[in-house]
Amino acid sequence: MSEGKSARVLVVTSGKGGVGKTTSTAAIGAALAHLGEKVVVIDFDVGLRNLDLVLGAERRVVFDLINVINGVAKLPQALIKDKRLENLFLLPASQTRDKDALTEDGVAKVIAELRTKFDWIVCDSPAGIERGATLAMRHADAAIIVTNPEVSSVRDSDRIIGLLDSKTEKAERGECVDKHLLITRYHPWRAARGEMLSIDDVLEILSIPLIGIIPESEEVLRASNVGSPVTLNAPLSGPARAYFDATKRLKGEQIPMQIPSESRGLFNKLFGRKAA
Amino acid sequence: MSSLICQRQSLTFRARSYMAFVFTPQPPIADWLADLDATLERSKGFFAGHPVALDLSAAGLTPPEIGELTTNLAERGIRVLGIEGIEPHHVTPALPPLLRGGRGAQEIEIPEPAASTPEAAATPEPARAPQKQEPASLLIDSPVRSGQSVVYIEGDVTVLGSVGSGAEIIAGGSIHIYGTLRGLAMAGASGNSRARIFCHRFEGELLAIGPHYKTADEIEASLRRGPAQAWLDGNTLKITAMN
Repeated sequence: MSEGKSARVLVVTSGKGGVGKTTSTAAIGAALAHLGEKVVVIDFDVGLRNLDLVLGAERRVVFDLINVINGVAKLPQALIKDKRLENLFLLPASQTRDKDALTEDGVAKVIAELRTKFDWIVCDSPAGIERGATLAMRHADAAIIVTNPEVSSVRDSDRIIGLLDSKTEKAERGECVDKHLLITRYHPWRAARGEMLSIDDVLEILSIPLIGIIPESEEVLRASNVGSPVTLNAPLSGPARAYFDATKRLKGEQIPMQIPSESRGLFNKLFGRKAA
Repeated sequence: MSSLICQRQSLTFRARSYMAFVFTPQPPIADWLADLDATLERSKGFFAGHPVALDLSAAGLTPPEIGELTTNLAERGIRVLGIEGIEPHHVTPALPPLLRGGRGAQEIEIPEPAASTPEAAATPEPARAPQKQEPASLLIDSPVRSGQSVVYIEGDVTVLGSVGSGAEIIAGGSIHIYGTLRGLAMAGASGNSRARIFCHRFEGELLAIGPHYKTADEIEASLRRGPAQAWLDGNTLKITAMN
């Protein structure tokens, strides 16, 4: 069973819902796989699973994380191999159960087994700070905190960072989870007009290193709707390039940070200003 | 295993600390007792029912003299809980036990006769900085995140980072924040009305000293985003910029 690997466990978390955790998990998971890493993405949103849809694997789900935890299925039976990337796998959540079905021991066993087989284990955390979210971060070596540049998202992220520093296995051992801030749904023209928190404001409040800024884009929505991570569906689009850069930074590469700027035509720019 | 043994729980002992008045008699003892009598005359019953410890490090008394002193105090309605500042072999079974490891607290001001109500005696006002106090302070060198609560009733809290929106710092003494205060700060939580709150940049949600508080709405907008301090002026919480 062992292939001599020792995976890095990455949790994608935020506290607040709707900020782009699942989209980011899919995009970064696919980008890692595209860069040659062997990756499994795990959906911890038991009862409200979405990662299968975003990855376009929803019609191939037989067993899920809860089945593995309960011993109904073996781990290899529940892993779904991506159709586009042969080293990307999905461990889906159960849609018929709730977060109480996640047990601490069960999750620990699953993570321990996956660690021997993969390079990266990417855990897609549910929103909130309850069982699903705390178990998703429990074994993390690194965390991506997904934040939108607005006050409620930033405060929730602050809360989640506090939990990463206290409730994870690493924190309990006196070590520190590597924390990376990913700012998503960034509107260049809104930022220019001061309608959103600036990148500097967000960084000042959260005081953790920035790993990427993903511009708001229709490409993200389009990719989700066709069941493909944006990094595969439109690899040259602004958000995909930002996700690739973030992924390379996650792997330790030094890539200069680009703040997305207005790239639409003059007509759109004028129209956008008028409409808002 | 017999059920008797199963049911027996092992004894547990817990340590607990209490506040006591400390008397430090100075020789000559007769004069010191006369001073004490004068004080008692002004505030009858101030020490009645309160534990009192004797610090005899400056008195230089022999065991019989110590016994005589405790008797003299008992005649004044003062019961001695323990003695510190003497050699262990000087403590005879007749004397109160030897105390060690006492920690200084604030000096107690004896209230004037008009103010000597039971309430005033129960919550003495701090007079001035204690002379030999171990510094009671808590230093936090990381940001305090939203949802985290730091409670330190023993003394001052210093935060080197920021205090996030939805985080709270509760201190018995003063609060010093070298980052931005975006959450809640409550100083003087144990009744110390001289406690203050200082922050390098104020964007907080609520400031309180003792029972007096102000929400962000009640705080002048011009104070926001700048260095500020809060203190109690009588029963009014005052907040000013520090520039």
